[in-house]
Amino acid sequence: MRFSALIFFLLSLLAAPLLTGWIVRVKALFAGRRGAPVTQLYRDLFRLLRKGAVYSRSTSPLFWLAPMITLAATVAALALLPLPGYAALIAFPGDLILFAYLFALGRFFTILAALDTASAFEGMGASREAWYAIFAELILFLGLATLVRFTNSLSLSQIFESRAVTIEYADSPALALLLVSLFVAMLAENSRIPVDDPATHLELTMIHEVMVLDHSGPDFAFILYGAALKLWIWAMFLTLVIISSFPSPNSLRPLIAAGVLFIIATAIGIVESVMARLRLERVPQMLMGAGALGLLSYIILG
Amino acid sequence: MNPQLTCFFIALLLLLCGGAAAWLLHRREALARRLAAASVIAAGAFGMVPAISVLASGESLLYERAASIPALSFSLMIDPLAAFFLVIIFFISAMTALYGAGYLRAEGSPAARGRSFFFFNLLVLGMALVAAAANGMLFIIAWEIMSMAAFFLVTFEDERLQTRSAGLIYLIAAHIGVVLLFFMFWLLAGAGTGSLDFSQFAGAALAGSKLKSLIFLLSIAGFGAKAGFLPLHVWLPEAHPAAPSHVSALMSGVMIKMGLYGILRTLTWLGTPPLWWGTLLVVIGLVSGLLGVLYALAQHDLKRLLAYHSVENIGIMAIGLGLGLLGLHLQENTLAVLGFGGCLLHILNHSIFKSLLFMGAGAVKQQCHTLEIDRLGGLQKRMPFTAATFLIGAAAISGLPLLNGFVSEFMIYFASFSAVTSAPKGTTALPLLSLLGLAAIGALAVACFTKAAGVVFLGEGRTQAGERGQEASAVMLLPMLLLAALCVVAGVAPLLLLPLLRPAIAAAANLPAAVISTEMAALVEPFTAVTVIAAGGAALFILLALWRRRILATRGLQRSGTWDCGYSQPSARMQYTASSFVQPLIDQNKWILRSRVEEVPPEGYFPEGARYHSHTPDLFLDKFWRPLLAAIAWLFHQLQWMQRGRISLYILYIAVVLLALLFWFGGLR
Repeated sequence: MRFSALIFFLLSLLAAPLLTGWIVRVKALFAGRRGAPVTQLYRDLFRLLRKGAVYSRSTSPLFWLAPMITLAATVAALALLPLPGYAALIAFPGDLILFAYLFALGRFFTILAALDTASAFEGMGASREAWYAIFAELILFLGLATLVRFTNSLSLSQIFESRAVTIEYADSPALALLLVSLFVAMLAENSRIPVDDPATHLELTMIHEVMVLDHSGPDFAFILYGAALKLWIWAMFLTLVIISSFPSPNSLRPLIAAGVLFIIATAIGIVESVMARLRLERVPQMLMGAGALGLLSYIILG
Repeated sequence: MNPQLTCFFIALLLLLCGGAAAWLLHRREALARRLAAASVIAAGAFGMVPAISVLASGESLLYERAASIPALSFSLMIDPLAAFFLVIIFFISAMTALYGAGYLRAEGSPAARGRSFFFFNLLVLGMALVAAAANGMLFIIAWEIMSMAAFFLVTFEDERLQTRSAGLIYLIAAHIGVVLLFFMFWLLAGAGTGSLDFSQFAGAALAGSKLKSLIFLLSIAGFGAKAGFLPLHVWLPEAHPAAPSHVSALMSGVMIKMGLYGILRTLTWLGTPPLWWGTLLVVIGLVSGLLGVLYALAQHDLKRLLAYHSVENIGIMAIGLGLGLLGLHLQENTLAVLGFGGCLLHILNHSIFKSLLFMGAGAVKQQCHTLEIDRLGGLQKRMPFTAATFLIGAAAISGLPLLNGFVSEFMIYFASFSAVTSAPKGTTALPLLSLLGLAAIGALAVACFTKAAGVVFLGEGRTQAGERGQEASAVMLLPMLLLAALCVVAGVAPLLLLPLLRPAIAAAANLPAAVISTEMAALVEPFTAVTVIAAGGAALFILLALWRRRILATRGLQRSGTWDCGYSQPSARMQYTASSFVQPLIDQNKWILRSRVEEVPPEGYFPEGARYHSHTPDLFLDKFWRPLLAAIAWLFHQLQWMQRGRISLYILYIAVVLLALLFWFGGLR
């Protein structure tokens, strides 16, 4: 058992809600409010875990199985994510394929649970989730292909370990393009503005939030926590891309990673503060644009 | 004779006799039904013996007997490649026959059922012979037995016009394919020693590259018509919905794969492939995969949707095979082994989950008498086992982790990624395209199967058709549960699949066993990790479930109506339908799908009589095949003046032709 990886894994599980909390805080500061404390999500989770649940008469057992399956899949994806400078808890050649597909597994069950409620609103959200995910997944695979091509390794842990070649990479515009495309994919995958609005509870404007309208109590806690963890994983993935592009002493990497993570979260908060949600049919255009940047990055590397 | 071969012949004999007896005894229904199913299952048990032993030992079984017909010899060869397909054929046919015994209970007349039993057995026999044949003529005969048996199975409800037309389209497609195969075998014989025995075809590898390429193209077109490569796929979405469900399960699960078997077999004779063969197959695979899944999304009929998904999955297999050929050309063993391996494993996996899904669709059809997705809903409440197995199949076909579909797609992804790293600068476009194509296909499949499974089985029933029905009978459930269990086992412990796969890849890619073993060793680590993650995930899932139960035990669980954002009178008709679920995606791709929409939008303050109807016809059938075939028909009409209906005139024609032949041959002497 890799000890440092285990610590990173457990720390991530503990700290993931902080990231969401910080984004909300940034948005509040931008709006000139004091905002909720950074630890608000923990309080919400504890509150929900002490509550009972209400299930619709339309639903099947899948409705309450789905949040647990989704959360388990997200945690499994975390286990594949390397710690900056060290290998992941589980690393093997091809783990990046599993990494991407574990999110698909979670999405599959979230969508089904939404359809299970027989609610038109949730169906609407489910439809959009399935639609946008196609673009996000394409961008992710494009980014992975670029990283694989450049580092000659098929494991996330190795990709982010091999630094010898990445200095040349950091100099080229390829890195910037890749980062922009992945950042947009992260916003789409995690239902952030300008794709989705995590703050509103107005049904028609939402995607992810509307899909979980009917969940309550512990089930909803699993969903909220899973979503926070997914955002953490994506932000950490971006962090790793940045960190492994520049030389730095191994011992300092976790610290630098924390700093970069902080910057990414702040960036998300700023984007959410200065932008409005895009019209639904504009979203694929934006995602395709991001995909084009990713492709350009791949072409530059050849 | 070798005892294993004896088992094979016993299996064939059982199929023939069992089928014939079931037809003759069709008046005693229960007996005929049991006899038919028992004969296929017994044949499966016997047929597995040679198949498994060949895969275990890696040694081929040979049998040869001359026949009095020229060019025909009754030679059989069960090499690991054939054995791999025999395993699929015998296993899936046993499962579908068992299911069919329950399914055919209420459909058609007793005589039609008897006939169906016979042709079902004949189809299995034909497929087994196709896999084992080692002579071109025997292969074509077996191929025709298979195709014709399938035709009679498809036209089971021949009183329906739609079924007859579906049968006709299938028949035409099958025979366009066979004509090309005749040419292909003729060229192969010419390139070798003139014999049609497969053992003589190896000489074709030495033939000129133009001839080899022609043979390759003929095999792609001829076998592709059976496999369902675009644009030769048009018969699939017609024939599968028309056929009884256990037949669709067998045809989609196994028969279309015989087309890929044909291509794989042909490739073993052609030596090292040039670069463009692999490229062509990857491109065909990408086009079939993407368009197949897009058309599937647009369908309203569950079985039609599944049929288009077969086109998609055949595309995935073709991508794998194409990458394998690229690997052989570039002498990149990793790429070759993973490409071929991914293709073969996806053939096996697809046969499992696709037959499972068709069985589920059949159970729905039997209970609700409709497969119109938007008329169904909420079936989970009355058919929990069918729903659960269908859901597992749906997740598996979407390539989701911890199910078998992921394992084969993983291999093809892995092959693409390794090609991305190893390709020289400037030539990485193809592996990148296959990578992105696979990702797009996977995400679209998730959209399509959440629609299919979610709308049909979850939520509330949308019409009275959805309100009817109860769980399928035990005979039908048993094979479904078995296949679903296999999806999970193969997905969670993929290491179990490697021994089955290793010899088949060696035979298909014509690589030494040592190379296969080294390259496959690279899969041990990922496959073990998949098992570890499955175990960890399951442990976490159980912990969460226990925790949730404890919370709810103290805090209570209430049942109420769906929280429809405060609306207090939600009705089942207000649910999102399958059509609305996929509407944004269909709209976005209307440039290729060309869906026809008839719409009467609601107007005024108190709208009444709004209507919406959409239909997505197959572009290739409507815009390519129909005009082409109409043009051919027009050409033949031009000769109609010869046909006067007077016997004396016809006798004159015969005399003239005979005379002409006489002079011609006389002149040649």
